[in-house]
Amino acid sequence: MSQVDRLRGSAPGKRHNARTVAALTANPGCTRRAVLDAAGVDKVRLAERIGFPGAFGQSRFALARGNAFEAMLKADDCALLRSTLGAYVGGYEDLGADEDDTLSARHTRTRALLRSGAEGLLDHPLLTLDVAGQTVFLEPDLIAYQNGSQLQVVEIKSFAIIDGQADGTAVSAAAVQAAVYVLALRRLLGDERVSHDVVLVCPENFSLQPVAVVLDVRKQLSTLKRQLSRLESVSSLIESLPASLSFDLAQPVDALVTSLDALTARYAPECLSACEMSVFCRDEAAGRTEVLGRPVREALGGIETVDEVLALASGVREPKPDQAEAAALLRAAQRLRDEAL
Amino acid sequence: MSTLVALARAQALAAGRAQPITTVRHLHVHDRPLVLIPLAMAGEANAPLAAMAGSAPDQPRLLVVSQPRNRDERFAFFAALAEAVVPYLDSFAGVTEAVPVDRGRDVRHRFVDAPQVWVPNPGGVDFLRLLGRSTRFRRTDGDFPVPASVPRLGQWLTFLASTAEVPGSSLLVNAVQALGGHWATGQSAAEDAHLGSLFAWITEGAAAAREAENGPVAGPATDPSFDNEVLAPLITAADPALTGVLSDLLTPTWERMWKSIELLRGRPAGARVGARWDSDRDAYSAYVEHLIEDGSPQPRRDGAVAAAARLQRLENAAARYAVQRAFDDPLVMAEHRLTGAAFGAVVTLAKADRIDDSGKRPVLRPRIMVATTETVRVEPGANLTSPARPSQKAKVISVTPGPAGTDVVLELSGGMGRKLVAEPGSVPEVGEQLLLTTLSEAYRPGAAFPDPADTPWTHGGPPGSSAEADEQEGDVVGAARGGVDQAAAQLFRG
Repeated sequence: MSQVDRLRGSAPGKRHNARTVAALTANPGCTRRAVLDAAGVDKVRLAERIGFPGAFGQSRFALARGNAFEAMLKADDCALLRSTLGAYVGGYEDLGADEDDTLSARHTRTRALLRSGAEGLLDHPLLTLDVAGQTVFLEPDLIAYQNGSQLQVVEIKSFAIIDGQADGTAVSAAAVQAAVYVLALRRLLGDERVSHDVVLVCPENFSLQPVAVVLDVRKQLSTLKRQLSRLESVSSLIESLPASLSFDLAQPVDALVTSLDALTARYAPECLSACEMSVFCRDEAAGRTEVLGRPVREALGGIETVDEVLALASGVREPKPDQAEAAALLRAAQRLRDEAL
Repeated sequence: MSTLVALARAQALAAGRAQPITTVRHLHVHDRPLVLIPLAMAGEANAPLAAMAGSAPDQPRLLVVSQPRNRDERFAFFAALAEAVVPYLDSFAGVTEAVPVDRGRDVRHRFVDAPQVWVPNPGGVDFLRLLGRSTRFRRTDGDFPVPASVPRLGQWLTFLASTAEVPGSSLLVNAVQALGGHWATGQSAAEDAHLGSLFAWITEGAAAAREAENGPVAGPATDPSFDNEVLAPLITAADPALTGVLSDLLTPTWERMWKSIELLRGRPAGARVGARWDSDRDAYSAYVEHLIEDGSPQPRRDGAVAAAARLQRLENAAARYAVQRAFDDPLVMAEHRLTGAAFGAVVTLAKADRIDDSGKRPVLRPRIMVATTETVRVEPGANLTSPARPSQKAKVISVTPGPAGTDVVLELSGGMGRKLVAEPGSVPEVGEQLLLTTLSEAYRPGAAFPDPADTPWTHGGPPGSSAEADEQEGDVVGAARGGVDQAAAQLFRG
C-alpha cells in the first residue's frame, strides 16, 4: 500500500478534474489542499465529519439547464454544435460515461483517436496530467475538435453571453479549466498540435441559441505550468509524512483534526468560494491578519496577528528591526484615527 | 486599502464589533426611498423568481413567478414589477425649481426631488441592469405584445443601473456598499458581501455575524441547497405554499434593509452630500425629459464616442467624489495625511499684506510659513488647498526639513476679496492650525471628443457602418474561426 492510499484510508479516491486542478493552482502555497487532493481525500465529507461543513453544491435548476443546453447542441449528430462551430466534416465519437473500471481502456482509445489526427469531434476524451508528481486522470468535460492540422478544445458552458458580455468570474473560470485541457492535450500530442485558442459555446442573450467565442488561454497556460511545477515537491512531502497520519473518515474526529494540523494551510478569504476545507481553515486562522484578506494584510505591513498589529499601533510593543517601517505607519494611523474620532 | 481602514478592520476583529471609518455620512438618504429585493432563478439567464418591493417598511409587496420557465408568467411578473416601481419613479416629476446657468444669464429647470432605490448588494444592481436589458426593447405590438409599462420599466432600470456606476451618485444605492463605506468589520471584503453578516457586525457583533452567514441570502442568487431541497419540490408540485416560503426567505433582508437605511439616516450628512444629490436630481430631470421628448430605449452598447465620453465622466466623478469625501470628513482626510498627500501644520509666520508688483499690475500675494511634524510629500511649485478655505490656493515656495519637523513656505492667492488688502480672516494668522492638501476641488474641463459621425476607423468608424453591421448580424461561424478576439476581450471585461 502506497503512502497516498494510506492517507486516504478505506474510501475510494476522488479523481481530479479541470476544476480541482484549477483550484489547486489558485492557492499553490497551501500544503494542506495539495496533499489532500493528491491523496484523493473526499474533502466535502471530511469537512462535514470534523464539524465545519461548507456550502458547496450546484442548484439542480442550473444543472438541468446546463444539461438541456448540452443535449440540444449534441442532438442529431451534433447538428447545432456543428453549425455553431462551422465543423461540418468529420465524425463524432463519444468516449462514453465516466466510470472507474474503464479508465485505462478509454485512455488508450483517446490516445489512439487523437494521434490518428482524423478530422472530427471527439467527446469526453480521457486525458492524464502530472499533478504534484502523480499522474492523474482528468474527468473529461470537453470536446476536442480536430480541424486540419490542429486540435481545438471546445467547452460548452451554460452561462449566457449578453450583448457580447458575460460574467467575468464565470469566463475566467472557464478559461482556466480550458487551459488545463489544453495542457493535458499538449503533453500527449506535442505543443504544435494543440491550439491555444479555445472555443467557448454559450447561450446568447436571453435565449438558448448558442454562440461561439474564441478565448486565447496563453496567459492561463503559463500560469498553470508555473504553478504545477511548484507543486512537484508535494510527492516528496507526502513520502516524508509519518505513517500514523491518516484521513480515513472512520477515525474519530480528534484524530482527523490532529492529522489536519500536521499539514500547513495557507488560508485566504478567497478559499471560501473554492475549497471545501475553508471553513475549518478560517476557524484555525482566527486572530490572524490573513482572515481580513490579502489587501488588508499588506496594508498592515504583513504583520501576522491582529494582537501584534494593535500592540505596535499603540506603541505598547517594541517593533523587531524588520517591523520598524510597518510599526511607524501603524502608529501614525492610530494617532490620526484617535485625533479624528 | 489604506492602512487607516486596515487598522480599523484589525480593531474591529479585536473588539468583535464593526468600527466607524467615517465621521459623517457620505450619501444622500431619502425620506421616502423604495426598497427592491430581486431574487433570480438559478441557471436561467436573468430570469426572475421573486421580488419584494415597497416604499414603506410595513408595506412590502411580494411578487412571485411560480413557474419560472413559463413565458407568460414571466411577463406578468414584469408587468406587476412595473406597477410597483414605475409610479414611484414617476412621482418625483412634479414640482421644479429654476437653476441659474451660464453665469446667471439663463435658467434651467430641475425637479426638486428625485427617487432613490435601494437594493441589497452589487449583485442586485447587476440583476436590475440585465432586467432592464431584457425588457426595454419589448414591443407593445406584434406577436408577443407587453403592456407599455414593461419597456418603460426597462428604460428606468437601465437608467438607474447606469447611474449606480457613477461614484457618489445616490439614485440607486446598494446596502452592502453603503454600509461598508462607513464601517469596517473584522472580516474580509468577500464576507462583507453577505448583507446579513455585515449588518450584524455593525449592530450586534462578531458572533451574530457568524450566525447570520447561515441565514437567508439577500439575493439575487439563491442558495443551491434551498433550490434543491425547498424550491424544486414546490415548483414541481405547483404548490401554493411557494409564496409563503419566498416571503419568509425575503422578510429578514427586507427588515435589515430598512434598518440599514435608518442607521445611515441617523448619522450627520457630509457638507457636500447635498451638492451631489443636486447632480442626481439633474440626471433624473434630464432622463424624464428624454422620456417625454424622445423616448427611445438606451442602445445595447454605447458607440465609441459615447463610451469614451462616458468613461471620462465616470473618471471625473470618481476623482471629485474622492476629494469631496476627504474635504467633508477628517477621518477620510487622515488617509491622505498618512500617505503624505495632506498634512496638518501650524502657522509660524504670516505676512498678510505682501504685494507682488513684478507683473503689470500689483497683486496681493500674502506669504505664510507653516511647521509640521507629519510626512510632507510636496515639491516647491505645487499648489495646495485647505478644506477650511477651499477657494484659496497656496503655492509651495520652499520645503525645509529640520530635526524637529518640516517648515513649508506658502504663497496665497484667491479667496481674499478683490482689493489689495486681504478681507479679515481670509489669511491664516500665526498660531492657527491648518490642514493642507494636494487634493483639489478645482473644475476639470471635459476632453473634446469627435462627433459620432467622425469616429475614426481605429475605433470602428462611424456607427452604422459595415463593420458594426456584421457584428450585429452575429456571424457565429466566423466567431468560432477566430477574428473575434474583440468579443473575447469584451467577455473578460464583462
